[in-house]
Amino acid sequence: MKLLPMFTASVIKTALTTMIAFSALRRNKLRSTLTALGIIIGVASVITIMAIGRGTQQRIQDQISSLGSNLLIVFSKSRRDNATASVNHESSNLTIQDVEAIRREISSVKAVSPEVAQNVQALANGRNSMTTIVGVSPDYLRIRDWRLTSGSMFTERELRNAARVAVIGSQTARELFGPIDPVGQSVRIKNMPFTIIGLLESKGAGMGGANQDNRLIIPYTTAMRQLTGDEYPSLVMLQIRSAEFMSAAEEQITALLRQRHRLSDGRKNDFEIVNQKEIADTVENITSMITYLLGGIAGLSLLVGGIGIMNIMLVNVTERTREIGTRIAIGARPSDILLQFLIESITLSLIGGSAGVGLGYAASAACSMIPNFHPIVSTGSVILAFGISFAIGVFFGFYPARRAAHMNPIAALRFE
Amino acid sequence: MLATNSSVIELENLQKIYHAGEVEIRAVDGVSLRIGRGEFVAIMGSSGSGKSTLMNTLGCLDQPTTGRYLLKGVDVAKLTRSELSQLRNQKIGFVFQSFNLLSRTTARENVELPLFYTNPHVPMRERQQRAIECLKKVGLGDRIHNHPNQLSGGQQQRVAIARALVNEPELVLADEPTGNLDTRTSIEVMELFKSLNDGGITIVMVTHEPDIAAYCKRIIVMRDGQVIRDEPNHSRLLAIEQMAQLS
Repeated sequence: MKLLPMFTASVIKTALTTMIAFSALRRNKLRSTLTALGIIIGVASVITIMAIGRGTQQRIQDQISSLGSNLLIVFSKSRRDNATASVNHESSNLTIQDVEAIRREISSVKAVSPEVAQNVQALANGRNSMTTIVGVSPDYLRIRDWRLTSGSMFTERELRNAARVAVIGSQTARELFGPIDPVGQSVRIKNMPFTIIGLLESKGAGMGGANQDNRLIIPYTTAMRQLTGDEYPSLVMLQIRSAEFMSAAEEQITALLRQRHRLSDGRKNDFEIVNQKEIADTVENITSMITYLLGGIAGLSLLVGGIGIMNIMLVNVTERTREIGTRIAIGARPSDILLQFLIESITLSLIGGSAGVGLGYAASAACSMIPNFHPIVSTGSVILAFGISFAIGVFFGFYPARRAAHMNPIAALRFE
Repeated sequence: MLATNSSVIELENLQKIYHAGEVEIRAVDGVSLRIGRGEFVAIMGSSGSGKSTLMNTLGCLDQPTTGRYLLKGVDVAKLTRSELSQLRNQKIGFVFQSFNLLSRTTARENVELPLFYTNPHVPMRERQQRAIECLKKVGLGDRIHNHPNQLSGGQQQRVAIARALVNEPELVLADEPTGNLDTRTSIEVMELFKSLNDGGITIVMVTHEPDIAAYCKRIIVMRDGQVIRDEPNHSRLLAIEQMAQLS
């Protein structure tokens, strides 16, 4: 029952000591500001760097999810390891039959599309445009979660007939046709006329920053037979019904393809399945590692700021030796003096911390004016910065405060 | 020896010994004293006589090596550091040669300072009222909001005296209170001390100036750590008369 008054008394005591500390800091405004500057810069740079890191991470994640959702991508290994390929080329490629087998036999696959691509020059309307033709199946847009602004995607029938139809990316359309709707227009690729049947909505940069609006999407049959001459798709994109089937589907596809490629038990897969979530996780790991690394380096300036505080507090204590002696003589206990100087240094670093948070926000806002920079200031980093400034105040203020508290009052009063 | 109610300070064979390397310095060497309530004592002596060390011990800033010091009947040696702090805070008022006021802090805030450390806690309003009262008592009722650098030396010392009085102590210890003041202000300060003493406060001051000691009721002279003379001041000067002569 005695605890409550004791607690109240210590709260009052701390409040009083805080007032003493504040008035001491006010007496030395310029010096206090300069000292806090170290912390201000440190906190601001930690917050800004964390914000930039987080923003970049978010952006990359957005790009990954712009691929579509619940996505698996199958690559053939020989294609990926092109430069060092020594395996039998015939048997190690994915085939259109593989794609059909996956579609037929694996029930959790919702949509599947092979993909072949080639950079070409497209001509129309007397203009030309460097673009990439992408040969896919009608499912492709659904897999990529990609909509059309006008027209429609080609059909299974057009796929089977290897029709010369194309869905055009927004940028290519603009370059060739200007503002008019390109649907129904004709475009020439390698001297072959293609009818434009759909216009894609703009999707911006994809993974690795490649422009996705600079495309002509055509049936893979047309692409392979008439344009690229490829016998095999370079990759196969699959959309799985829901996230929970992802790993099961991955296993089933592996089993199916091993069987179809007649791989005996001891041999490695001649294909590779990439899970969208795995890419996202890896990227997240890398970006957060870089963010923390940079944040840590910025954090070093906080350490320097802390040393600045310690330095100025030592000067303070020496300068105010007589004051300390006087305070002890008129009844201050060592703990009062310790608390006074500790609160002074904590106040200094917390003021620095708050100003640093403000500056960090401002710097992040300034950074967002730079293209491709979209810093996101997180509450976590603000709390972290505050916590660290508090800790710095305590840690670097303790030694000077202890020195003040343990002064011999007689010597202190005699100090010139 | 029994501590009577009326004695503020009782020293029994007090010794304070310092060691400077091999050399032993007996700063205070066997002092026994009794200072009663309402006394006005000057401790005199040349530098090195031990008067400052004695003063520090009386102020509980220093503990004796041997011997006993009773303040209001309480054996100071038996108190903890924080009890000593409270003792200094509530029973003793300190006046220093160089005033020791906080700069860039108003007179009122300077006078309030001891009340910050008083246990139980003194509410803000009461702190301010008591500080203003004490400033009025020392004749500075119109200088409440002035900073020390806006005050003359004599005024600064009067702020310091107000600070010493704010907790209504039994005992005021003054260490060369006129050491930094000219003759006229010194006399004014002594007049202030006299009126406080007339009000019942016990005052002990250290001085090496005989003409300042002359205002006190009792003069103790020290040499080599010992009291060599301790007698009432028969030819006491009164500050008011001195002031009249000056003007």
